[in-house]
Amino acid sequence: MTSLTLTDIKKSYGPVDVIHGVDLRIEPGELVVFVGPSGCGKSTLLRMIAGLEPISGGELRIGGQRMNDRPASERGIAMVFQSYALYPHMSVRKNMSFGLETARMPKAEIGQRVQKAAEILQIVPLLDRKPKQLSGGQRQRVAIGRAIVRDPQVFLFDEPLSNLDAELRVQTRVEIAKLHADIGATMIYVTHDQVEAMTLADRIVVLRGGKIEQAGTPLEIYNQPANRFVAGFIGSPKMNFLEASVSRRIGKEVELDLAGTQLVLRNDDAVAFGVRPEHLKVGADCGTSLGQMTVTHVEQLGGQTIVYGRFPDHQQIVATLDGQRSVTTGDQLPLSADLAQCHVFDAEGRRAAALAA
Amino acid sequence: MAVDETLHYRAPVWSRLRGQLAGYGFLSPWLIGFFALTFGPAVSSLYLSLTDYSLMSSPRWVGAGNYVQIAQVDPRFRAAMNVTFTYVLLSVPLKLIFALAIAVLLNKGLKGLNWFRAIFYLPSLIGGPVAIAVLWRQVFASDGIINQVLMSVFGYEGPSWIANPDTAIYTLVALAVWQFGSSMIIFLAGLRQIPQDMYEAASIDGASRTRQFFKITLPLLTPVIFFNAVILTIDAFKAFTPAFVISDGSGGPIDSTLFYTLYLYQEAFMNFRFGYASALAWVLVAIIAGFTALSFFSAKYWVHYDD
Ligand SMILES: Nc1ncnc2c1ncn2[C@@H]1O[C@H](COP(=O)(O)OP(=O)(O)OP(=O)(O)O)[C@@H](O)[C@H]1O
Ligand SMILES: [Mg+2]
Repeated sequence: MTSLTLTDIKKSYGPVDVIHGVDLRIEPGELVVFVGPSGCGKSTLLRMIAGLEPISGGELRIGGQRMNDRPASERGIAMVFQSYALYPHMSVRKNMSFGLETARMPKAEIGQRVQKAAEILQIVPLLDRKPKQLSGGQRQRVAIGRAIVRDPQVFLFDEPLSNLDAELRVQTRVEIAKLHADIGATMIYVTHDQVEAMTLADRIVVLRGGKIEQAGTPLEIYNQPANRFVAGFIGSPKMNFLEASVSRRIGKEVELDLAGTQLVLRNDDAVAFGVRPEHLKVGADCGTSLGQMTVTHVEQLGGQTIVYGRFPDHQQIVATLDGQRSVTTGDQLPLSADLAQCHVFDAEGRRAAALAA
Repeated sequence: MAVDETLHYRAPVWSRLRGQLAGYGFLSPWLIGFFALTFGPAVSSLYLSLTDYSLMSSPRWVGAGNYVQIAQVDPRFRAAMNVTFTYVLLSVPLKLIFALAIAVLLNKGLKGLNWFRAIFYLPSLIGGPVAIAVLWRQVFASDGIINQVLMSVFGYEGPSWIANPDTAIYTLVALAVWQFGSSMIIFLAGLRQIPQDMYEAASIDGASRTRQFFKITLPLLTPVIFFNAVILTIDAFKAFTPAFVISDGSGGPIDSTLFYTLYLYQEAFMNFRFGYASALAWVLVAIIAGFTALSFFSAKYWVHYDD
């Protein structure tokens, strides 16, 4: 178990800056998930940690030692690639032992380690097959096995599940969580799937445009998103953002005009009001009333009903209601929400602190 | 039962034929070419190889006589085999190694890669084989570039490489290796096919560049190596022009550059023994077929096919 410290890490390709100074400390044994939209620099950051990409600026320490210029093989890391990157001409056994043979480990110990990893991953019967004779999920396990045998201080995963079908993704996700619990190594996991991020992470790091937007536990990110971007990125369906205008200020208090409904908030420059679809309720008596929604579309998921609609001023809104509701297009629903679960963002998109009830 | 049923649903013969006629119509240019220019001559040469035929008189049937003579009493056949096998066994591996080495260097992401690629490919392109062979004769002549360099750098007076029966064949091997361009281009394409993450995984596994080359690059390139080896071997067996030009068609000095095809050519068009030359041609076909079959058989043991 090892800690990692990233201090003002930067990356540029020629004149193009891709990572703009990332500061992050990862505790020993922690499972940190990097999430963010495509192109935000997740892979680049991970590859710099791995030693596959030179670091343009800043300092990377693994277990207290500066690693900027050390080759990948000396950083005590193992990486699972999105493409698996298994050696196609080697058997599963060879794939897993290649690194150990390169390190000239005694044959007997190599055998033991491969066997043990294969048992953990339940791939013992596959050991003598070639990668092309495996299914996607099995290849995934071999790729993880190749990482495990090296007994690394830090595991790095770059979107390891994105080539699997939905069912296998869930299953493998659970297994990675179990693996982390069992071997307790520090892990960094890159994904753009927010469900993977929420379920796996001890801590989520949300990246955008080569910068950290927020780092925190999954529930911190969900409950107290630092800004509009994070609030919209985590959660599905996306958080509703409603334009609000300040109608009156009384000292520190503001009266907001939200789609015709007046709200009193203890805040200054609030201009956007955010409420997650799952926090919206139907009926006037469950929290603060937000206004009448005209339903434009309904999705029945069985356990939930997702209702799309508009407020009288034509702002779009989505509500996730529990259970199966008999709602149809054209219905008028009075929506309300508990203000404690609502968010207000200022002109720069920063989340404003507290809301008054 | 199943067979009966499929028979039952087949259209009548004439209607099927009519459907296929259009297809054969479109194929006809190629078919005519194939039968008139390839298959026909091949069959007739097979017939001629069993005869004594000098163009002046009609072919006289001799049965296996030509083949017996080739196998038992023809010293020039032995010489030609010797020269040809030396040429094949030296030029093919050397050319493969050379082409692969240059391809690996070029694949390192050199600046101006396209220029280098063009420059290295040039010998395989310019002027066709005759012009190159003429050039080669100049290079290895007693007052050629090689000897001028040897003289000015080492003060060594080189022999006339081409006139010397001990060295003449090696000038032809060198010529073949020098024309490594097309194999190199194919190697380069093969190297490009190897996914980058394979090397990334290997570098995390701690493999040095050398180990990566022998454990990753080379095995993954075996299909390309195999392809190149087969093509080059067949080409080398069939090589004719360089020896013809360098020795003025004689295969000399003392038959030291008597390529198999050159000997065949002499028998046919200088000695007018068309029957015997045809037999020689079919022996070459058998040798090439044997070699190729052997390669494909051995491929099972060393070529890694991906999918
Ligand atoms: N070799 C390169 N040269 C120039 N720019 C690059 C290079 N590699 C990546 N980039 C840029 O760096 C940025 C970050 O890329 P990166 O692959 O890290 O994104 P990502 O967050 O992993 O995206 P995804 O979710 O699509 O995998 C992108 O804008 C990309 O265009
Ligand atoms: Mg990526």
